[in-house]
Amino acid sequence: MNESIILFIPLCSQIREDPDVASAVAAIRSLLEFLKRDQSETILGLRENQTKAIQRLEETDSSVAVSSGGELFLRFISLTSLEHPDLSQCKNVMIERGELFLKKISLSRGKVGKLCHTFIKDGAKILTHSSSRVVLKVLENAAADNKRFTVYVTESQPDSAGKLMAQKLHNLNIPVTVVLDAAVGYIMEKVDLVIVGAEGVVESGGVINKIGTYQMAVCSKAHNKPFYVVAESFKFVRLYPLNQQDVPDRFKYKADILKTVKDLNQEHPMIDYTPPSLITLLFTDLGVLTPSAVSDELIKLYL
Amino acid sequence: GEGKELTKEEKQRLRKEKKQHKKNKKDDRGPPEKEKEKEKASVPAPSKPATQSPAHKAPVPVNASASESPVAAEKPAKSKAELRAERRARQDSERASKQGKKEGGQQSTSSKPKATPNELQPVVKRLPDHVQVDDPVALKKLAKKLERQQVPLRSDYGYKVSLFSHLHQYSRKNPPTQQISIPVTVIHPSIVRLGLQYSQGIIAGSNARSVALLHAFKQVIQDYSTPPNEELSRDLVNKLSPYISFLSQCRPLSASMGNAIKYIKKEISNIPSQCKEEEAKRILQECIDSYINEKIILASEAISKYAIEKISDGDVILVYGCSSLVNHILCEAFEKQRKFRVIVVDSRPRLEGREALRRLVKKGIRCTYVLISALSYILPEVSKVFLGAHALLANGYVMSRVGTSQIALVAKAYNVPVLVCCETYKFCERVQTDSFVSNELDDPDDLIVTRNGKTHLENWQTVKSLGLLNLVYDVTPPDFVDLVITDLGMIPCTSVPVVLRVKNVDQ
Repeated sequence: MNESIILFIPLCSQIREDPDVASAVAAIRSLLEFLKRDQSETILGLRENQTKAIQRLEETDSSVAVSSGGELFLRFISLTSLEHPDLSQCKNVMIERGELFLKKISLSRGKVGKLCHTFIKDGAKILTHSSSRVVLKVLENAAADNKRFTVYVTESQPDSAGKLMAQKLHNLNIPVTVVLDAAVGYIMEKVDLVIVGAEGVVESGGVINKIGTYQMAVCSKAHNKPFYVVAESFKFVRLYPLNQQDVPDRFKYKADILKTVKDLNQEHPMIDYTPPSLITLLFTDLGVLTPSAVSDELIKLYL
Repeated sequence: GEGKELTKEEKQRLRKEKKQHKKNKKDDRGPPEKEKEKEKASVPAPSKPATQSPAHKAPVPVNASASESPVAAEKPAKSKAELRAERRARQDSERASKQGKKEGGQQSTSSKPKATPNELQPVVKRLPDHVQVDDPVALKKLAKKLERQQVPLRSDYGYKVSLFSHLHQYSRKNPPTQQISIPVTVIHPSIVRLGLQYSQGIIAGSNARSVALLHAFKQVIQDYSTPPNEELSRDLVNKLSPYISFLSQCRPLSASMGNAIKYIKKEISNIPSQCKEEEAKRILQECIDSYINEKIILASEAISKYAIEKISDGDVILVYGCSSLVNHILCEAFEKQRKFRVIVVDSRPRLEGREALRRLVKKGIRCTYVLISALSYILPEVSKVFLGAHALLANGYVMSRVGTSQIALVAKAYNVPVLVCCETYKFCERVQTDSFVSNELDDPDDLIVTRNGKTHLENWQTVKSLGLLNLVYDVTPPDFVDLVITDLGMIPCTSVPVVLRVKNVDQ
């Protein structure tokens, strides 16, 4: 279908050009391009095409962030008065707001970094999980602030993303050690705080992140270490899982696995859910929030 | 034309005179009251359903209508805007001066929080009458008010456990209607019937009581006729006050009923004065119908929609007692072909679970029935707990049938998710952290049971040291509740104040 081609090409090219861009931001850029080229005659048609486009994107990249980012984008551009009788005018308004949204979220990572790095004290030992660009930004800001700290990163199998993170930190001249996923309990007594990123922040204030995050949160609670989550606001999603089983399958497994494999019980899930009771604070571009304040922000964003 | 305006002004003047007269009477009693307030400092007790108006303050205590329906504040303020502004300014200055004196007294009484929950709060918020039963002054005031409204005063029955001596305890064998005779009474017969149904327990359950109340009010409005020289918007509200007092004598009002009454009073006072009586009545009937439809019926549809997402195949769902909403959800889910089975937990003396069991089995759902003492035995099998609520308080606490917090506590210990289903019209502004301060005591004779021909507690009144306690409600902290499903969506328990804020903005 020509729609998916139109979407896929900019998405791929953007991610290849700038691997630093969050997948959700790239997705939203492609959605905006798609909107500009949309030929529908009615606003309802525009919305329907956007929704279909979001579904297509979700099929290619099954991360929570793409889904939440897409939905927020759609809401943001259509939640204005589209009372103009002329369709092209309405479309221009939507495109303008789309550009605005894109600009806002491209800056969000910087905002989060600025907020969080003050919580890293001189001489701190930080534990983080897998590879997160937001956490990297935070640590970058802290290092630029002339703070001395060491970082422990978990290997994060099955894709060894932790090793990638360690390499990036090494390039920033931050002392880093890679630990096994199984060594989280062992290392917890040495660290002062835990910072992780998030793929999605749910309504209860919990987070969905790479598998292993929940274990780390339970350990840090047992050792009374603060557990911080850094996430941009476009990752807020209207999901409310009660436990690990309640997270929908389309987020747990990669898109191609969902399509090809029959018995999901044999597959390893890629993400897990950390309940809000284990999280100390969330750093977002909307501010520093407690898990119970997330619902407040979500109500403001979505209602 | 002019003639009409004159009568309107006359009416206003008459009203002002009446108020002035009453205020003068208050001022005589005012100084001794104020001294008592200074002695007994305030206790960090919860405030009753607060309205923001200054009408609560000491100068206008008995004038305001029954405290459970604190809607006296919502009288049409258009003509009295200046009066209220003046009063507010005066009361602000009084409050400021009292703050200083309150500071000293508060430290001494904070150590005995529950011993004296009946103290008069300094000036701003008043405790409702139904939690001040052991204060003779409050009782006398209540008796006087009821006498004025010609509502019979119901007397308490039996020995009350000391921790709950501030609450009423009535016996079902003494209905409040014994003293009244229908032709003479000022109370509408459908309200009398409703009150009896409440006091005998024929109508029970938060939604059922509210709906019955609204239907009775519809009947009242239908039969109402504006007396000459009075406006419907003011007079009808005044006519409703004795009815509400009577109903609260029969059985203390629930939070949902309180909100419904607030809504009706607001609607009545918003009737434009030039509206014809027939037209006004029609508008009010429509308002009531739409309230019932929106807040109760459609809300339960919306809640079922959200709740069904949370029910997956193979679930074992635990329910407690008989909540109309939870039963509706389970029946809907069953119709949508979800495969689950239900465990119904029940407790004495009400044994409401049997009614829930009957309804679910009739639908064809597989059910198990246990008493609450077997809870920890059955809980390892359970995958989710669905609870109904009587009210959701502003600090996120859930007020529900006694036994609910026990279930939530044990479920938490077994890591079973607890879901509370509650419509938004049951959200109330009250704050409460324990089940003692504001509760309801049911008939203690309900606890007496005959087994094997022997009734051990038959003569419990003769044993001086024996007290029977039949509590109706308890309060569950938000840490035990994982999710609240409302018609606005799924929210965590801590977000109740956000919903209240959003609702207030809407209104």
